[in-house]
Amino acid sequence: MAPAKKPSNRRRRLAYAGLTPFAAYVLIFLALPTILAVVTGFFSDDGSLTFDNITGLFTPTILATFGSSFWLSGVTAVIGAVVGALICYAMLGTKVGGLLRTIIESAASVLAQFGGVMLAFAFIATIGVQGLVTVILRDTFGVDIFADGVWLYQVPGLILPYVYFQVPLMVITFLPALTALRPQWAEASATLGGTRFAYWRHIAAPVLAPAFLGSLLLLFANAFSSFATAAALISQGSQIVPLQIRAALVSETVLGRENMAGALALGMIVVMVVVMWAYSALQSRTSRWQK
Amino acid sequence: MSANQAVRIGAEPSALARRLILGIIGAIFLIPVIAMIEFTFRNGLAGDYTTSHWTGLFSEDSARTYRGLYQAIENSLVLAAVTVGIVLVLLLPTMVLVHMQFPRLKRTLEFICIIPITVPAIVLVVGLAPVYSVVVQVLGGSTWTLAFAYGITVLPYAYRAIQSNLDAIPVKTLSEAASTLGAGWMTVLWKILLPNLRRGVLAASFISIAVVLGEFTIASLLNRRNLQTALLQVSQSDPWVAVIFALAALALAFVLLLIIGRLGAASPSRRKS
Repeated sequence: MAPAKKPSNRRRRLAYAGLTPFAAYVLIFLALPTILAVVTGFFSDDGSLTFDNITGLFTPTILATFGSSFWLSGVTAVIGAVVGALICYAMLGTKVGGLLRTIIESAASVLAQFGGVMLAFAFIATIGVQGLVTVILRDTFGVDIFADGVWLYQVPGLILPYVYFQVPLMVITFLPALTALRPQWAEASATLGGTRFAYWRHIAAPVLAPAFLGSLLLLFANAFSSFATAAALISQGSQIVPLQIRAALVSETVLGRENMAGALALGMIVVMVVVMWAYSALQSRTSRWQK
Repeated sequence: MSANQAVRIGAEPSALARRLILGIIGAIFLIPVIAMIEFTFRNGLAGDYTTSHWTGLFSEDSARTYRGLYQAIENSLVLAAVTVGIVLVLLLPTMVLVHMQFPRLKRTLEFICIIPITVPAIVLVVGLAPVYSVVVQVLGGSTWTLAFAYGITVLPYAYRAIQSNLDAIPVKTLSEAASTLGAGWMTVLWKILLPNLRRGVLAASFISIAVVLGEFTIASLLNRRNLQTALLQVSQSDPWVAVIFALAALALAFVLLLIIGRLGAASPSRRKS
């Protein structure tokens, strides 16, 4: 791309110099920590090279942790994607920039960010042992949701709180794809005698499929890397990977290996890179229809 | 059946279906918020209600009782301000520069800015621990230094907000017109581009504030005190006040994001991209 006025070499160099502050910042606070996080996994406590931490990832305990992380992320991603897509469907035909839409979009942005400690509070107040819903169900309907023991502070207890931020994230990521469905396609289909079912079956569904799968993957990654809610709810044990990292960082005695956190971080990055790579591949297919 | 419904041919749901879906899901999503509000009026485990948890906040010794919490809020506000500063001083000029001078670097910059999604806070914090042991030696251990890490955390959000604004204005035409009229590089940036980027910059700032106020992972694992770590600590002894502050933070975030929504809606050109 040739600029209208060719800048002198000096100006060009000056412009390059303008990029250095940001480059230096990203190097120190993004690239360096990422490299450090991964590399420490390959060293033992006394600083010698070792694969013990990496092989430690394949012990039954850690594998089980990855297993429950996958399970939790998968379940909440599927629930979040289906419910979120339903909301997006309901919002079809509402005015872009209209009041209803602005409110739902803002609420979705807040709730998608509403991870963490506050979300844990909300669910303790709702379905905790003395929570509002727990008490109403027990006193009015005689249903004891904790009849088989209190599951809120275990991995199954994370499902509802996670769904609470997964659904809004689905709304944010999937809505643009639904909005890109052109009315002309529906008109063309109807003109040729297509029913609404035929329209969904042959036009809308194929166009939306990559966007839906992509959003599903993003939701999976979101749950997989989420830490704060789990940290606030689960104080005993480390049933999912982020909690294992906490244990490794805080106690420094997990499996007798302080650098286990590095190996766990590497494991997480590998999963995240695969998921996000698939996401961006699907995303570029999606954008074809959004021109 | 209205005439409107009779001619439905596309994907749109009927008005009834829309109200049912949004109504039911909306109601379910309101339950935890209502439960939080109800909880703040509970009188311990006695089963009756009291307003003392709310009034206690405005009593004379509230400042002393909740000193730690107020200090943590101050920390979080300082962190939010410094993080916004990092976005404005480091990210914004770089994005403008790349947009105008190095269009080929655009993909690279975008890639860098979305890395924090793939390398989440819980992973980043493992490597940030050694980095911060150096930062503490150089800059001291005060809380604001944490904003360097938060600047990375907000990159994807801030980038998206500013980029959608950059794509919507004719940067090249504007800057060339200004240069033709004799404006220097700084004048172009300050007087032409920044005013046109106001919406994107505001949106980026607000989303950064919302993210920083909700941040827990990095502060917790680097042993710093911010709003969220303090809330968790306070909740052990006084869960009612912790929930009141959580509600307040939620309301604040909703207002900030509602403003962003209105900002976006006010720029019709953004919707094209």
